[in-house]
Amino acid sequence: MKPQSCVNINKEWDIVGARQLGRDIAKKMGFGTVDQARIATAISELARNIYLYAEEGQICFEVIDNLPQRGMRMIAVDTGPGIKDIGQVMQDGFSTSGGLGAGLPGVKRLMDEFDLQSEASKGTRINAVKWLR
Amino acid sequence: MDQKFKRIAVENSDAIVQMWVEEINSLKDGNYTATISDELFESTNREFVNVIFTSITNQGSSKAVEDFSEKIINLGWPLSYITDGLQVFRRVTVDYILSQSSKVDSEFFSNVLESVDAWVEPLIRQLVNEYSGSWEHIVSLQRVALQELSAPLIPVMDKITIMPLIGTIDTERAKLIMENLLEGVIKHNSEVVLMDITGVPVVDTMVAHHIIQAAEAVRLIGSTCILVGIRPEIAQTIVNLGIDLGKFPTKSTLKKGFTSALEITNRKVVDLEKKAENIEKMIDSLQGE
Ligand SMILES: Nc1ncnc2c1ncn2[C@@H]1O[C@H](COP(=O)(O)OP(=O)(O)OP(=O)(O)O)[C@@H](O)[C@H]1O
Ligand SMILES: [Mg+2]
Repeated sequence: MKPQSCVNINKEWDIVGARQLGRDIAKKMGFGTVDQARIATAISELARNIYLYAEEGQICFEVIDNLPQRGMRMIAVDTGPGIKDIGQVMQDGFSTSGGLGAGLPGVKRLMDEFDLQSEASKGTRINAVKWLR
Repeated sequence: MDQKFKRIAVENSDAIVQMWVEEINSLKDGNYTATISDELFESTNREFVNVIFTSITNQGSSKAVEDFSEKIINLGWPLSYITDGLQVFRRVTVDYILSQSSKVDSEFFSNVLESVDAWVEPLIRQLVNEYSGSWEHIVSLQRVALQELSAPLIPVMDKITIMPLIGTIDTERAKLIMENLLEGVIKHNSEVVLMDITGVPVVDTMVAHHIIQAAEAVRLIGSTCILVGIRPEIAQTIVNLGIDLGKFPTKSTLKKGFTSALEITNRKVVDLEKKAENIEKMIDSLQGE
């Protein structure tokens, strides 16, 4: 697998940094404007969740190059409070912060693959892939 | 001891300056932008070394140091010019003093090092502080300038106001948008506000949430907020996120939004050409008489 590039998330502007790096990679790989916007938005959601709920964490990107399939993977990791009920947070409209509660279910729809692992008080790890078509 | 070393350094400042200048010049090609003219580089170096010597002789003449760091900032030169310059000065001065002394044992060597360090250190501290302080000042000014730009409101015509948004929206800016929007609607007595998001690179749930809240608040004070400039890719991501913007009016372009705003305020744009034609006809008919 290709090496990863990562962005640390500690403050709000790191979200923008992560988005820019992710969009750059997506653009270089040949994703179209709509998919670039989807990828940038998904990064924004995951990075903001880290910033809001875990305070700090990391977003890493990987280029998947297993011919004939090419794609981009993003991994969001934090060691924050974790998520107790994964079924609940994946429902549209569930939010503990007065938000729209559209972030996580939205990322699942924006990306092609989505996997959420979390353990209470240990942290959260989200792995999502967008395939190049 | 220290006084003796100081005397050696000051009395032989010409020789030390020359060694210093040679080393600094060799650094220029590798490190600093090649666009700096030789003349400017040399004159600045001369000033730099003067500042160093004045500061050593009359311990802490901070005005000269302050002026110099300000000059480097205005020139846009990197901080490394200052730190390299002082490191080189430290090295050549130590070398020079050692070369002027007949017997050099380890104690003598450490005395020289200690003295020269004590001259250079306060200078490094002061220059670096001045330099970074001035940057912090610039950054804070730019912050204010950006904030002023971040949510502008343009009363284009009676009852119609436009808020063009360009660039990333963070929480601070989202709050400003809401405040300015409500304040402006009341101040300009606007019936319609067009919020243009053409220049917003990413519309995520946080941004969407704030836009929805702002539009709702505008509705509560009796006006209409039309969201315009939704690029196709943004429209698709908003739909993917599952956000419902169906509750308030949206238009793809500012132009279309403006037309609706005119309709809402019972007005329309009329072509002047037809009127002009009519006037010409009138003149023609008059001339015919
Ligand atoms: N990294 C995380 N660590 C701990 N809890 C999280 C994390 N990410 C999400 N959550 C929890 O999951 C809930 C749902 O997240 P989601 O992103 O879907 O909505 P939201 O952040 O509340 O609102 P928004 O629509 O603005 O994203 C959050 O309210 C939060 O309680
Ligand atoms: Mg969220």
